[in-house]
Amino acid sequence: MRYAPARTDTSIIGRWWWTVDRWLLAAVSLLLAYGMVLTLAASPAAAARLNIDSFHFVRQQLLFMPPALALMLLTSLLTPPWVRRSALIMLAGALIFSVLASLLGAEINGARRWLPIGGLVVQPSEFIKPAFAVICAWLCATARVEKGFPGRILATVLCAAVLGVLAAQPDIGMAAVVFSIWICLIFLAGLSLWLIAAGIGTVASAAVAAYFTFPHVTQRVNLFLDPASGDNYQVDRSLGAFINGGIFGKGPGEGTIKHQLPDAHSDFIFAVAGEEFGLLACFLIVGTYAFIVLRGFARVIETNNLFVLFAAVGLLSAFGLQAIINMASTLHLMPTKGLTLPFISYGGSSIMALAVGTGMILALTRNRAGGTL
Amino acid sequence: MTRRLRQIFRGLLPSGRRRPGGWRSEGQACDAIEIARKRVMVTGTVFVVAFGIISYRLIDLGVLRDPSADAARAKTTTAQPLPTGHRADIVDRNGTVLATSIRSWSIYADPTIVGDPARTARILKHIFPSLNERALTVKLSQNTRFVWVRRQASPAAYQQVLRFGLAGVRARPELRRIYPQRTLVASIVGSIDVDNKGTAGIEAAMDTRLRTDTHLLQLAIDLRAQTASRRILLQSIKYWRALGGAAMIMDVRTGEIRVMVSLPDYVPDTSNAASQDLQFNRNTLGVYEFGSVFKILNTAMALEYGVTHPHEMFRVDEPLEIGRFRIRDTHPILKPIDTGMILIKSSNIGSAMIAQRIGGVRQKSFLRRADMLSKLRLELPEAGTPLYPRNWRPTNTLNISFGYGIAVTPVHLVAAVAGIVNDGHMVAPTLLQRANGLPLWRRQLVSRTTSRVLRHLMRRAVLEGTGKSADAKGYLVGGKTGTAEKAARGGYQRNALLSSFIAAFPMNRPRYVLLVSLDEPKGNKASNGYATAGVVAAPTAREIIERVAPMLGLRPRTKPESDADTGVWTGADRSNRFRGNQQSIRVAQDTGPSRSGQSRYRLPRNTLATPGDNR
Repeated sequence: MRYAPARTDTSIIGRWWWTVDRWLLAAVSLLLAYGMVLTLAASPAAAARLNIDSFHFVRQQLLFMPPALALMLLTSLLTPPWVRRSALIMLAGALIFSVLASLLGAEINGARRWLPIGGLVVQPSEFIKPAFAVICAWLCATARVEKGFPGRILATVLCAAVLGVLAAQPDIGMAAVVFSIWICLIFLAGLSLWLIAAGIGTVASAAVAAYFTFPHVTQRVNLFLDPASGDNYQVDRSLGAFINGGIFGKGPGEGTIKHQLPDAHSDFIFAVAGEEFGLLACFLIVGTYAFIVLRGFARVIETNNLFVLFAAVGLLSAFGLQAIINMASTLHLMPTKGLTLPFISYGGSSIMALAVGTGMILALTRNRAGGTL
Repeated sequence: MTRRLRQIFRGLLPSGRRRPGGWRSEGQACDAIEIARKRVMVTGTVFVVAFGIISYRLIDLGVLRDPSADAARAKTTTAQPLPTGHRADIVDRNGTVLATSIRSWSIYADPTIVGDPARTARILKHIFPSLNERALTVKLSQNTRFVWVRRQASPAAYQQVLRFGLAGVRARPELRRIYPQRTLVASIVGSIDVDNKGTAGIEAAMDTRLRTDTHLLQLAIDLRAQTASRRILLQSIKYWRALGGAAMIMDVRTGEIRVMVSLPDYVPDTSNAASQDLQFNRNTLGVYEFGSVFKILNTAMALEYGVTHPHEMFRVDEPLEIGRFRIRDTHPILKPIDTGMILIKSSNIGSAMIAQRIGGVRQKSFLRRADMLSKLRLELPEAGTPLYPRNWRPTNTLNISFGYGIAVTPVHLVAAVAGIVNDGHMVAPTLLQRANGLPLWRRQLVSRTTSRVLRHLMRRAVLEGTGKSADAKGYLVGGKTGTAEKAARGGYQRNALLSSFIAAFPMNRPRYVLLVSLDEPKGNKASNGYATAGVVAAPTAREIIERVAPMLGLRPRTKPESDADTGVWTGADRSNRFRGNQQSIRVAQDTGPSRSGQSRYRLPRNTLATPGDNR
């Protein structure tokens, strides 16, 4: 800590250093480091398949890293009201561009999610996630504090609108995360337990009804329950990777799954980790995600500011859920969704959006005068 | 450590310290934050559980699973990206190719790039004369990006297309299935569809094996024997103006099927166009009432259950009447004959009398043990299910004794007879070459003694019985004829016969069982109008055996035949191995119908025709 700003330093940087949650900062940096290592391991195979320079994806990822870090740190400087304001602007922008993408974007793998902006291909829907969490949190928090403010209804309408935009692309994985954030937030905002029970019942019966009504749903679920019943090549290979990796892994570069799965450097990067670096490395990754989520919860649970509490929990849940969904589908605990592993998977838009989201988490969890934080 | 953890997760971990009470007084907002805090704890718990499940799954996969098991699985999974359309070759027992895949080019066009549809179509018509030029011109003018011109063209034709350098006309490699033996093994090998999926025969039954394993698949079929048998059967069908026919040869020791001919047959490449009739595999899918050949089984089970012995005498001179039915012999046998002669002379009355002693329960149980009551188990999807009386009444028992009222596939029959002549060792029939020569053992169907007696009797049926014209010199053929009237609505048709001969050879040490059957042969002048098995099927069997036996590794015998060769059981054995004749005549008189008309079987006559006329 010799080169850290002095405690008495009252500049922006100085105050930031002494109030930001350095544990969270360290955990996120750790994830970025894992990401670099795993991208080095997995992406040359993908590049070779696409007939481009082997280190293309590595270089791209390295190129995204400094701006992402800068964006995260800048965002973490914001005060809670400014977090809210920037989230509002971001949500509006992301929604508009998402609609544009689904209208004008190029179709890749059956979905229109990407929009070329100034030489870069951007996936605007990635930015919806953190912005939605913050705005929804603000609506719910205001509803709790100010009587007569229809916050929950507004939050529900907003959620429906966002889900509509995402379904049009379609991007089911992202929609699932957004929906989960909404559920989490109205749950925090004191939704009565009866309604929650009724909601769970409705969703469960709808799922059962869908299973028996729509043949393609039946097929997907059957395939998930009984992998032998159909072509489940990706999941099969992915599980094989973890089995082959064992406890210590086969060693960096020794894996084979990256040659077999087209998305080994993005959606299935966790399997590459399992095969080449083994069980212990996977535990390290799972542990880091768990640490970030729980550490964040622990930090904000003591705040008196409802908006800060809701927004931080919403953002952390989005972050944690995305990690859980990705890992669980790689491990065949749920059907594949096409979500990235936060900060580890390759993907420019994904990393930028995550940087903003994490920056907001850092901003909200800073020690602040007036709170117990 | 705990203190440190507590510091990091302050608030989430349970702690004795109460929070400052200041915000408790803030009313609604305070309540809200209190509820929210509790629910954040719940959310946190959910996350802990989720991360816990993921960790458990990681341990499950990384530690508790066996990597070698996955390696085996990966092998089959990675076998899929083989070139599309890959299928293993199918060969006969000598390695002759029955089905193979060759590289071909499927030619297609991108109409948006084709500049001059009319000219392009004209040139393509020149290369592929069977194309419809006008239709092709229309196709090439469509506003799409893809139309097929010709699937699976030869490399030479593709070369010609390339030479013309037609814009927008391209080709993709495809493997094309070729059946070089054409009709010869069509009903066995089967066919595939355009998606490279087996639709019939071995191609369908072994579809996965053929697609995932590059090694060739060897069948038990001997193509030379198959060719010869088919030719002889075809001639016979033509000569007797039959609707069709079947011939099958099985190795009795290994169960390997060396010959399986079903006529009429079809050219496999056009199987989609071939009618269901032609594709029908008589040997495995068709079930038939075989008539008198079943007397082999009847005699075998009688000896096995000990209800009679080979020299017990029976009086078979009068029709046996039971209920509304009358069982007769075409040519009444006036002298009393013994059990053996009942088989050799093919007496329905005698067989029925024996069956009465066996009884329906034991008869059914024996037939079940002979695999004759269950669906055929063979490496073909075209497997027939036997038909037999659901309610096994006494009349059924009598009918079944001479082969009526039960319909089985030829393979069923051959497998059971093979078991009887092969010292009672019954093996599972198979179309695949047994790599290590080990048969798939089914069971001991009858004792060795019974097997020897049956061998002797079958040989005598050829020497002195109904199957004389099946005697291929030097191969010690034994066998049994069976002329069955085909069932039609409400009864049996006198003039629509299924004439069969089942043979085993050589009878001193049987190696093969042959079944020949002709469907509705018509008598001619030379045969005095007869189309019975002894006239029609037995000579065909002789021709096939004479032609095919050398191919199957047998040599004709030049030494004169002796009792020791054929019967194993000789006349000298009679007195010590079996009870004497005198006693048996008495037994027969005790139980059989008597001339005096006092028999319990003599019941009012009826007008219903019996399935009779068996020889």
